[in-house]
Amino acid sequence: MDPIYDWFRQLYWDHGINLTIVYDGFDRRRMLNGLWMTIRLSAICLLLSVVIGILGAWLQGSRLVWTRRIVQGYIQFFRNTPPLVQLYFFFFAVGSLLPRVENQFGFMEPMIGNVTWAIISLSFFAGAFNVEIFRSGIEAVPKATVEAAESLGYNRWQTYIYVVLPLAFRVCLPALNNNLVNLVKTTTLAYAIAVPEMLYVANQIWSDAVNVPEMMTFLLFAYVILVGALVWVMNRWERSLRLPGFGR
Amino acid sequence: MSRPPPKRRPPLGHDALAGGTDLPVLLPAAERLQREAARDRLLGWPRLRLRGRDGVWLCLLLLLAAGTAEAQALASGRESAFTAIARWIPLLLQGFGFNILISVLSMALGTLLGVFLGLLQISLLPPVRFSSWLVTQFFRNAPWLVLLFYCMFLLPFEIRLLGWRIPFPDWIKAIIGLSLPVMANVSEIVRGAVNSIPSGQWEAAESLAFTRRQTLWQIIIPQCVKRMLPPWMNLYAILTMATVLASIVGVSEVMTLTRRVLAAEDRSDLLIPLYGFILLWFFAYCYPIARLTTWLERRYAVKL
Repeated sequence: MDPIYDWFRQLYWDHGINLTIVYDGFDRRRMLNGLWMTIRLSAICLLLSVVIGILGAWLQGSRLVWTRRIVQGYIQFFRNTPPLVQLYFFFFAVGSLLPRVENQFGFMEPMIGNVTWAIISLSFFAGAFNVEIFRSGIEAVPKATVEAAESLGYNRWQTYIYVVLPLAFRVCLPALNNNLVNLVKTTTLAYAIAVPEMLYVANQIWSDAVNVPEMMTFLLFAYVILVGALVWVMNRWERSLRLPGFGR
Repeated sequence: MSRPPPKRRPPLGHDALAGGTDLPVLLPAAERLQREAARDRLLGWPRLRLRGRDGVWLCLLLLLAAGTAEAQALASGRESAFTAIARWIPLLLQGFGFNILISVLSMALGTLLGVFLGLLQISLLPPVRFSSWLVTQFFRNAPWLVLLFYCMFLLPFEIRLLGWRIPFPDWIKAIIGLSLPVMANVSEIVRGAVNSIPSGQWEAAESLAFTRRQTLWQIIIPQCVKRMLPPWMNLYAILTMATVLASIVGVSEVMTLTRRVLAAEDRSDLLIPLYGFILLWFFAYCYPIARLTTWLERRYAVKL
């Protein structure tokens, strides 16, 4: 690896392009941690939002009017307000109401840290969209299909696993993908509450090494490649799971 | 003259089937979801769905929060929460006007560039088509905040041109930063709208000896405007909500001012009522746009 580091060091000496994230071990580790944080944030939020979506879709089918109304209110609120405002609301308003606890060094700190608040806020944001996606997906499977499966001797569980879910999932997939891509883009907002994801780390690095143009360009390309790769993989997946005879 | 017989509605779920059999493989919910997903993908962001009921709930919650703050203020003998908020309204309104200004200008700039880019995307020359597609995808995939940072830090604070010094304040940089994603989304909307026009229109125009330019400007684009209007308006509503991002990079718009007001008042009980108040303003501004979008969408829904 040393020749590569030397080459980048030489690049800085010769042309003034200072990519500390390649040749400086400390900055490199920071940036990799930032990237890992972005990926982890996206992955955890995705999982939690799917759980929220399934739970919400189930609650929306409830017989109690008020349960349905509360779920609907949740969807309306999180769909129509900027995610930045939601993040601030959770971190500053709800966070300040919670008690403070003593940490291992004897300092008082908030009970829930900024990373956890970012995860909670982004999961609720993405989950609001998932509720309706899952509900539509399950609604789309006609009763006749379920009855046909029953007449073939499937039990309830088998019908659900082998017939309803595969159909519903394929119907949901395009909308879910949109949501996932939006989620990855929205993780940049966690910068506002000092979560050390890629944007925040880049900001730290350019404050130290005074290489704003290089870091900014790197960041832009890093996000475009990250999101572009995701979109590409998801499109491939979507195409391979496409229901024959449905849609275009 | 006899009127044509009323059209019989196709059986439920008929549209969801490509082959046109009568077996309901999937119910209309599937088709609806697919349509919405395709639209959201074109727009790059889910559609806003504001209802009047939401505004009523928002007002009620705000009154509740303000009432709690008022009770706390009365109990501790401080100034009433209502008068404290009322004192800052002129300043906050100024900040909100600034948000609107940023949103309008970056929408105008983004639309201008986006229509141009979108027309390049349907060019007959493969290199032009490919490069404009690349630019569109690049700016569509970049997060808004990163683009905003990019313009904030990398545009100069003034430009020297032939001895003139043109200052470049941070809000103009914010306008440029926000107009880039708008440009990419408008470009995609234009391309989608042109592609949604049935090819028969192109062929009919060709058979009437229209040139490509004439076909585009006199036949295709006029039909596209109707289809582009609802997603374009929705994009505007989303952009308006996104202008609060400018507070992260230090433009003194309404969120920044609210934070400063809270710091100046130094009263934690005002936090929720004040932010709720700002939320209500945004709702009041975006609600008519969202309703009009829905109305236009329903009105222009053409079956082809």
